[in-house]
Parts: sequence; C-alpha cells; structure tokens
Amino acid sequence: MPVQLKTLLPLFALFILLFLIARHFLIPESFGKYGHYRADSMDEIAVLPIHYAGKSVCIECHDTEAEMLESDQHAGLSCEICHGPNAKHADDYDVKEFLVKDGSRIFCGRCHAVNAARKLENVIQVDVVEHHPEKENCTDCHNPHAVWEIKE
Amino acid sequence: MGDKRMKDSRRNFIKRTAALAGTILATSALKPFSAVIFATGKPEDPSKPWYGIGIDIEKCIGCGMCAKACKLENDISQEPFYFRSWVEQYTIRTDGTIKVESPNGGIDGFTQSVPDEEIYKTFFVPKMCNHCAKSPCTQVCPVGATYESPEGIALVDEKYCMGCSYCVQACPYGCRYLHPETKTADKCTLCYHRITKGLQPACMEVCPTHARIYGDLNDTEGELYKFLKEHNCQILKPHLNTGSKLFYNGLSSEVR
Repeated sequence: MPVQLKTLLPLFALFILLFLIARHFLIPESFGKYGHYRADSMDEIAVLPIHYAGKSVCIECHDTEAEMLESDQHAGLSCEICHGPNAKHADDYDVKEFLVKDGSRIFCGRCHAVNAARKLENVIQVDVVEHHPEKENCTDCHNPHAVWEIKE
Repeated sequence: MGDKRMKDSRRNFIKRTAALAGTILATSALKPFSAVIFATGKPEDPSKPWYGIGIDIEKCIGCGMCAKACKLENDISQEPFYFRSWVEQYTIRTDGTIKVESPNGGIDGFTQSVPDEEIYKTFFVPKMCNHCAKSPCTQVCPVGATYESPEGIALVDEKYCMGCSYCVQACPYGCRYLHPETKTADKCTLCYHRITKGLQPACMEVCPTHARIYGDLNDTEGELYKFLKEHNCQILKPHLNTGSKLFYNGLSSEVR
C-alpha cells in the first residue's frame, strides 16, 4: 500500500465517522418514517386551530334561526357563509370579532347579482342597482333566514 | 490479432453496459430508491384513504366565498397575490378571444365585465391545489420539506423548508407561493387540520351550492366516488402526467 494512502485512510475513516455521528443528531427522528420527509410535520399541521366552527355547532344554540332557514329558499346553506368564521364565538359567546351581519346590495349580490356565468336556476339573479331602488339594503325587505318573508 | 482484440473489447463493453443497465433497473424497483422518483404512490392497501377533490363548474356561481374562507381559515395575508384557493371567470367572446379575470382571487366577488351580446360563453373555475399523485412540486424539493402524505395530500413542512421556491416554479397549476412572513413555501393543505378533526375543508364548508366536495377515492360508497361515476370529469393539464386528483365536471377546453 502506498504510504500516502496509509496516512490518508484513517483520516477519511475519521471524517466518515464524524459525518455519521453528526447525521444521527441532525436528522429528526421521524424523518423517513413514511418517505423522504419529517412525519411529525403532519401532526404539527393537524393541530393548527380552526376558525370555521361548522353549521352543526351553530345550530346547537341558534336553533330558531336554523329552523327558519330550513323552511325557506336558503335551506341547506351553512351559517358561516354569510356570518363569517366564528369558532371563537362558539367557544365564548361574547367573542364576536368576525361576526358579519351584512345585508347590503353588494354582499347579497355576490350570489344574486346578474352575471351571465351564474347559471343555477334556483340562485335567483337580480339587478342589484335597479331592484327596488327606494330601499337601501336587501334586508330592508327580505329576511335573510327566510327570504320570501317580505317585510313591509 | 488486432481484429480479435477489437471483438473482445466490444463484447466486454456490451457485457458491462448490460450489467450496469440491469443493476440500475433492479435498484430502481427497490422500495427505498423508488422514493426518489415518486414521493408516494396510491396506497397498496385499499382500506386506507386516498383523498381527491371534485369541483362542479356547472354549480359554481362565483360568489368567491371559498377563496375568502380559505384565507381566513388559514391565516393567510390579506394582500393580493397570496392564494391557496381562488376563482377565475372565463369569458369566451363571440369573436373567439378569451378573457380570464380573477379580481383579488374572487375574494370580493365578481361583476360581469363583458356585455351580454359579446359573450359566446362564460363560466367560473374555482382553482386550488390538485394534490397530484405524481406531484412535480414534491419531486423537486431539495430538502424533503414538501411531500405527499400517505393519504395523498401534498403538504409543506414549514420548519424544513428553506424557501428556495423551486416548488413554486415547478407547480404547473400555480398553486404555491412564498409566504411573505415565514419566507417558506405555502399551499393548500386540503385543510388538513380540519379534515383530521372530521370537519369539511373551509372552502367546502362555505360553498353555498355544494359545488366542491372532497373524498376518499378508495371508498366505493363515498361521495366523490359517486360524483366521478355520475359526471364526465376532466383534470387540468392531463398531458403533464401529474396524476392530478382534482376532478372538474363541465371543464371547458379553454381552461388552462
């Protein structure tokens, strides 16, 4: 064996050993459990907080509104479509930071303003500018929970 | 003599090449190495979930609530250009030109910008991560920060990502962006934190017309399985062989 190799071999062995030791401590334990990634990161994503509570939670308390909703055209809609994400409100009734109560022409118009691309027959299309201009908001006449109960 | 030597070396060359090719082929079939090519495949066990998404374009009314809910649910910057989920309105004019618009991702809703008489056809296309089975984004990640979970959901490990944004370029659907604060890649998780708790993803929770569903493609009793059976669905950019699991009903060929 050449003398250069004799001196270099232990050095190389040492480097490889140090690399393996460093690797052992640097790579997280769950890395490679399912594939080339850290499996624990899935759990970290799974525990992120939710903001939308879901309709089933809303109707536990707001049962009269839920009943009214199911009686009319808006049946089947989730509460948080219009009212915004309210998981915090579900945990603590007094927290209402995201609670939306918007009956404006622009807000209702998101679904109901005339647009040639809106083709569902049961989503009624209204000219939000021309429709009863004497009133300001849609909710001045329509009850959003029971849309065909027209207020006088 | 020279002639013989020549023949010998040619034979040896072919032998060695064949041996090398054979070794590479055999190794590529081995489990640990196949991971280099595809992060995950469809699970062999059909009892395990394999999630896909169905979007019914015919039902979409372009209210943009999905895009809005996505940002609120996942605490995404309200600035424009950062979207995990957004809606586009396609308008094909009678003269054949195509207009695609997505004002603030559709978060503030849409107003028709082309007069009725000029429209040949128009429709909304909600877009989000396709959760591809052979996702280009996970294949290019140099550090293993993005991956397909065993359920077939493409996720990002925020702690591992170093923000090279190679995946942002690799996604052919434009579904990734660099988070302005953490400077790491960010994308739709199919609301992994919600579906693991038995809730609907935020965009599906707020869809008033139930135009979007997600489900287990292995579940023959499931909603998505039924959706695919009853509708003629198409995926985006099928020629790219991404194995997209986002199926659109009523997808027009103009959609890119």
